[in-house]
Amino acid sequence: MRVTVRLFARVRDLVGRGEVVREVAPGATVQDVWRDLIAEYPALEPYTSSVSGARNLEYVRMDAPVADGDEVAFLPPVSGGAL
Amino acid sequence: MATPQFAVTASPLDPLAVASAATGTIDAVGGLVAFTGVVRAENAGRRVLYLEYEAYEPLAVRAFGIVGQEAAARWPATGLSIHHRTGRLEIGEVSIVIAAASAHRGPAFEACRYAIERVKQIAPIWKHEHFEGGDVWIEGATARPDDEEARAEALSRACG
Repeated sequence: MRVTVRLFARVRDLVGRGEVVREVAPGATVQDVWRDLIAEYPALEPYTSSVSGARNLEYVRMDAPVADGDEVAFLPPVSGGAL
Repeated sequence: MATPQFAVTASPLDPLAVASAATGTIDAVGGLVAFTGVVRAENAGRRVLYLEYEAYEPLAVRAFGIVGQEAAARWPATGLSIHHRTGRLEIGEVSIVIAAASAHRGPAFEACRYAIERVKQIAPIWKHEHFEGGDVWIEGATARPDDEEARAEALSRACG
């Protein structure tokens, strides 16, 4: 099955594109999609502990399942900022 | 067309429109507080030239809605409006406007402060800082609305 992956900010820069379509196995989770991306773009690895995920415009945990046609987004840490 | 309560836009922000979107959501307004975020010329010892804001726009608008629901649960009868700008912003330009309206000043101040802290924690909006000598993506918090520790921190900042 296929999912559309949306990438932002530095993670988008590292991959070189803001949107990629990935083929994933049935039963795959958001985490599996991320690992699959790292296999092709190892520079993403340092983001594993800080990235968060969204599926079809809802925040989800990395162990959430994905389905054919889903839009999965990986969000690097957001702006933060001093007080 | 009425100003949306929550918005992400590439156009310059209008603080008065955001204020009126906040007051329009409640009946009794006695206090209106607005926070305006402005692009600063300096960051971490660097001279900033300009910023580029990037957003996952539809999720950012939903994130503002989540913040609105959280604020409504904590401060009933308080109206909130949040608008964030995207694209290239020069020094001194307004990047975000948050308005909170309530019957009294207390809840309006608290809800406004809470909202900016939560937006910084969870909204999928990123700042690409261009400074003298380079550029860097500013990365802060992992965006997870269900992180109760972060939420408690925002509440504590809001309520002193």
